[in-house]
Amino acid sequence: MSQIVDTPSTIETNTDFEVRSLDAMCVNDSHLVEPWYHNIKYALIGILFGITFIKAEIVSWFRIQEMFRFQSFHMYGVIGVAVVVGAISIQIIKRFKLKTIYGEPIELHNKSFNKGQIYGGLLFGFGWAITGACPGPLFAQIGAGFLAVSVTLLSAIAGTWVYGYVRERLPH
Amino acid sequence: MLQFLSQPWHWSVAGVLIGLTVPTLLLLGNRVFGISSNLRHICAACIPANIPFFKYDWKKEAWNLFFIGGAILGAVLAANFLKDPAPFQVAAATQRDLQALGVQDFSAMMPADLFGVDQIFTIKGLIFMVFGGFLIGFGTRYGGGCTSGHAISGLSNLQLPSLIATISFMAGGFLMTHFGLPLLFKLF
Repeated sequence: MSQIVDTPSTIETNTDFEVRSLDAMCVNDSHLVEPWYHNIKYALIGILFGITFIKAEIVSWFRIQEMFRFQSFHMYGVIGVAVVVGAISIQIIKRFKLKTIYGEPIELHNKSFNKGQIYGGLLFGFGWAITGACPGPLFAQIGAGFLAVSVTLLSAIAGTWVYGYVRERLPH
Repeated sequence: MLQFLSQPWHWSVAGVLIGLTVPTLLLLGNRVFGISSNLRHICAACIPANIPFFKYDWKKEAWNLFFIGGAILGAVLAANFLKDPAPFQVAAATQRDLQALGVQDFSAMMPADLFGVDQIFTIKGLIFMVFGGFLIGFGTRYGGGCTSGHAISGLSNLQLPSLIATISFMAGGFLMTHFGLPLLFKLF
């Protein structure tokens, strides 16, 4: 419970700043208040993303098993290329100080280490191998018609909730 | 064209498209790609129960819920209109290993004998859906992210904590696959 990273940009009403700093993404907010329909553009990106997940079979339990058994290169290829493309893109954004389409400077925040990344990471890894899904594919599997996965999703939401409930008592 | 798109996509195509999600979300509005946060936003929106971890303005993160809503819709579209007529392929070695564990169905992306609707109220459902799902939700939040937030966004931005998290969840996956699953498959 030692990392308190308060980004000055974040207008925070919650005094438990760690709540946000521990989180992977919540610290990087746009400061603009947009009407809700501006979010539709994210839904459009999401559609393309969901199609990619299904067509590259990333949502398949078998592809994840192949990965963890070192019996196919497929998933390593997907993640590896994604990281390289993402890293080059971020270098370009930083180098040329690119702005968002609204003219805001793009902010990238550094993450701080805490032991939860190891313990939580291991637990998530167990769940990934059992269900064949990380959170993204969980949603996509349901969309692809594997309706029983709704149970997995509800249980994942419950898991997140229980984490929130016991968080203060866990080593971080 | 549709026929071409209906074949399984090569890993490099998927890798480029998923990688480009990172700058696209940044350029569209300073959003960081990370999906597991949605599980938290759903908790914050539906069952905050006065827990500090869920007391924040989740509406500010609604973009991510739109993103994942789009992903569900994209999956519906791909599964219905870009369906590959060829039989689903599983690596021969993997099929052999899984058959030895007791998996019987290799005809689709998810084995029906583990993830079929009729398995929900069985011991298999309890293990593969309820227990597995719980670990995903608890573990991703405890670890501060999942494959998208840590492995892709975090590594793209050269974050050491994300590398540690990625190594941890890969290690968890190897341990579960090689040591945990053989035990779990004995439970039914």
